[in-house]
Amino acid sequence: MNTIVFTIATLALLGLLLAIVLYIVAQKFKVEEDPKIDVVEALLPGANCGGCGKAGCRAFAEAAVKEGLGNLFCPVGGNTAMQNVAQALGQTIEAKEPQVAVLRCNGSCNNRVKTNIYDGYATCATITSLYHGDTDCRFGCLGRGDCEAVCKFGAIKVNPATGLPEVDQEKCTACGACVKACPKLLLELRNKGPKSRRIFVSCRNMDKGAVARKACKVACIGCGKCFKVCAFEAITIDKNLAYIDYTKCRMCRKCVAECPTGAIHELNFPPRPVAAAKPAEPKPVEQKVEVPVNK
Amino acid sequence: MKTFRMGGVHPADKKISQNAQIEKLPIPKTVYISMIQHLGAPAVPCVAVGDKVKVGQLIGTPTGFVSAPIHSSVSGTVKAIEMINDLSGRQVNTVVIDTEGDEWMEGIDRSETIEREIKLDAKQIVERVKECGVVGLGGATFPTSVKLSPPPTAKPTCVIINAAECEPYLTSDYRVMMEMPEQVIIGGTILMKALGVNKCYIGVEENKPKAIAKLKEFCGKYSGVEVVTLKKKYPQGGEKQLIDAVIGKRVPSMGLPVDTGAVVQNVGTAFAVYEAVQKNKPLFEGVMTVTGDCSNQQRNFVHRVGTPLSFIMEFCGGVPAQAAKIISGGPMMGKAIVNIDAPTLKGTSSILYLTEAQTKRKEESNCIRCGKCADACPMGLEPYLLNKLGRASMMDELEAHYVYDCIECGCCSFTCPAYIPLLDTIRQSKAAVMKIMKSRTAPAPAK
Amino acid sequence: MDKLIVSPSPHIHGKESTRRLMGDVIIALLPAVLVAIYLFGLSAIHLVGVSVISCVAVEYLIQKFLLKGKSTIGDLSAVVTGVLLALNLPVSSPWWLILIGAVVAIGIAKMTFGGLGQNFFNPALVARVVLLVSFPVLMTGTAFQAPVDGYIFGNAEISRAAMDATSGATPLSFVKEQIAQGMTVSEITKSSGLSYFQLLFSAIGGSAGELAELALLLGFIYLLIRKVIKPYISLTIIFTVFLFSGILYLVNPERFMDPLFHIFSGGLLLGAFFMATDYVTSPMNLKGQIIFAVGIGVITMLIREFGSYPEGVSFAILIMNATVPLLNKIKPARFAKEAQKK
Repeated sequence: MNTIVFTIATLALLGLLLAIVLYIVAQKFKVEEDPKIDVVEALLPGANCGGCGKAGCRAFAEAAVKEGLGNLFCPVGGNTAMQNVAQALGQTIEAKEPQVAVLRCNGSCNNRVKTNIYDGYATCATITSLYHGDTDCRFGCLGRGDCEAVCKFGAIKVNPATGLPEVDQEKCTACGACVKACPKLLLELRNKGPKSRRIFVSCRNMDKGAVARKACKVACIGCGKCFKVCAFEAITIDKNLAYIDYTKCRMCRKCVAECPTGAIHELNFPPRPVAAAKPAEPKPVEQKVEVPVNK
Repeated sequence: MKTFRMGGVHPADKKISQNAQIEKLPIPKTVYISMIQHLGAPAVPCVAVGDKVKVGQLIGTPTGFVSAPIHSSVSGTVKAIEMINDLSGRQVNTVVIDTEGDEWMEGIDRSETIEREIKLDAKQIVERVKECGVVGLGGATFPTSVKLSPPPTAKPTCVIINAAECEPYLTSDYRVMMEMPEQVIIGGTILMKALGVNKCYIGVEENKPKAIAKLKEFCGKYSGVEVVTLKKKYPQGGEKQLIDAVIGKRVPSMGLPVDTGAVVQNVGTAFAVYEAVQKNKPLFEGVMTVTGDCSNQQRNFVHRVGTPLSFIMEFCGGVPAQAAKIISGGPMMGKAIVNIDAPTLKGTSSILYLTEAQTKRKEESNCIRCGKCADACPMGLEPYLLNKLGRASMMDELEAHYVYDCIECGCCSFTCPAYIPLLDTIRQSKAAVMKIMKSRTAPAPAK
Repeated sequence: MDKLIVSPSPHIHGKESTRRLMGDVIIALLPAVLVAIYLFGLSAIHLVGVSVISCVAVEYLIQKFLLKGKSTIGDLSAVVTGVLLALNLPVSSPWWLILIGAVVAIGIAKMTFGGLGQNFFNPALVARVVLLVSFPVLMTGTAFQAPVDGYIFGNAEISRAAMDATSGATPLSFVKEQIAQGMTVSEITKSSGLSYFQLLFSAIGGSAGELAELALLLGFIYLLIRKVIKPYISLTIIFTVFLFSGILYLVNPERFMDPLFHIFSGGLLLGAFFMATDYVTSPMNLKGQIIFAVGIGVITMLIREFGSYPEGVSFAILIMNATVPLLNKIKPARFAKEAQKK
């Protein structure tokens, strides 16, 4: 009996002592923080992806509370989360178009022949620091998946069949991690578009047409046909490369039909009456092959 | 026998081309002279398409302090100035010249006589070396004139001629020592005069006894010149390792070699300095080795800068059938050639053919923590750790473990029994950490 | 030449590979195995065979069905563990005991942490210790089988009698028991006829690998010549044990055995040559290795002289294994001096 009493007493005393120490320490080293930071943080998705440019969700919340929302935008939470945050802080912000990452290269194994064998540490960054890559295209995708490695949402995966990464548009939060990770600057955040329909040039090759074409069957050769056919001045051609400004594009799809190499891709459009293309899957690469542009 | 204090590996020697005398390579019909043949800012072409140029004429002017002029290596007409792929497939501004005859600029002494008397004073020597576009030919192609103009705080005490040639296969430096020993030594005395020092060591690895004897035969005539025999161990010819081996001083981290008092120049550079100062000849030729176990030709050439590599390969009977990888430079630190049509540069020291069995990397397996990489590292780093930290992108930790000290010699990858590509990842981490460190120091003065 | 291979430098590789290193360790262990086979014949072959096969099988099965990765048995590390495990077990071990050892060594001590290179503790030693505390009788009691009469302690009859009186069979346990009963060292040596000659040449009972110290030395020299290991750890352990037991011996030669007895008996040499030098579970740099080795020496002697177990090498190595991550924090000597602050 005595043993039990002693045990309980000792432990209780010890607990009390430690509690006092803890309390003193907690008081002494207390950090005064705006309680709003916690409120804002709770409204954020908590992915800590860094897509907003801050170190994490906590840093975002601190910045939002201390400096106001300004240009801050949480790509993962999107407009819903931003509206909630704005409401909590008593500010108003405009809604942003949802975006998604898009790969601007279609140099799959079939379209772009490998001309040498890379035999080193397989990351795109290592290859880029060494040489242009294992095909003749200096601009194209290296397919080693640096983008896949940084994606926190599992939205981007390299397809071993094509050697190119594919973006899952349902999972992609447009945090921009892959855009920063790609040493060839091939990934771009573009507006998701109405009904997820998008048109873009799937190439970054700035070589002259003949050189580009020789390296890759589906390279943009800078011929300018799309530029001429576009009624909305959405297309620019710079250094032998066409670019479609997604803010100006009206999705008329004329340029897609015009492109001689099939470098311009349309995503998620209903099939055209002429060709029996399958309804679009959110897999740009597979679809690219099916788009009947050369007919 | 002298050597550096820690690390190092012993790759097989393979100096199979060492007995091939230096031949003159024919001049190709067209040369492609790159504007980036040195470390630092690229040169800017100062000729126009259609201009007639002579051998040794200035065609590219330097931009900035760390830069070097480029001279034409042939006489002929400038056909184009355009972007051409270098051996790694990167585009470089290049002057393309169609060859006509072989007409040299006046003032270049083409005679074989050895000019022993140094007529220029220190300042003039540095100026001449700069004008002639002499760069370090040991690999890094750092402009020599910059090395000869040390910061005022540094006090140079000696010149070290790097004749270690510790890379397997390469024999161009060896041939220069065998065929032009006195010129190399005169080059050394010129460097001594330029720096105002009276000691010049020539560090040669023990596996070149003939070269050591040849140099010793002549160095008696020149006061202050001494041949130092070094142990055969890679990377004996690394600048920091060589200084340690010869004078026993260590270059501080992130410091300059001259902080130890030593100024290191390669044998080829010493010869180029001799030619520039005594013969008024700009650097537009280089000595290179064509070799490889699978090649039936083992040769050493003097090449004109801008000769396409494929031209040299053809001249030597084409690429051997078993060659799977072609390297410009040594097998430890050289660069794999992607584009065989790329032109030679001032610093091109070899074309080396390796077979698939020699060079193909085996599949990476788990680190067994044997510590062989740490034992082999001449900088006393822990490659296995840096590799792990690098793959996890832990930049602070990488810096705390001195990743920036890495000299990229490749000893760690060479020795790793698990075939882990240690240097691949460490090189990447080093670049990233250096960038962070620079960005940190840069805004500090603005405060 | 179809397509050129391109890679960052270096473009060549040394001869060393994990497989070659492990192969060398196996070769180095062969003399000890051969001695065991010579002394015990079939039962030794049975021990080594079952141990190696079950270690390799366990690794293969785990890699295939649990980790679902590529087979790693090609690197021969499982074979090394198998041989080491065998050398750490008595020759009389039943097959199921060896199998449990293999499962513990490979399954628990090695593969749980991610396979080769990831484990904290030496797999064979973990197995030995688990078996030792789980099956003490099997691991020591019946371990002793005299192959040839008179091979034990010079005089067969005396030693038989001595052995029967003790539960343990090794000289260490025998001596410890006798001392505990109040005998002095000189009395023990006199009665048992113990000599260094027997210690060196296989004439003593114990685990399979504790029999022939000379065979172990042969393997150690082979490893040194092949530059598989460096001698620092092994020599430091032996030196520490020598020093520790030497001091005790000088204090009271009738209570403590002399240093040479401690070095040549039990698993000390096996541990110092082959277990403590295991790459994975020993420190990377010299300073760490020295601390590691001194720790093993000290703990071994503490257990032998003052602990309840007659032998402490396994425990000592495992305890020091745990300190390795900490010892690896010691940075090696750096070539470049710190940059001068301006």
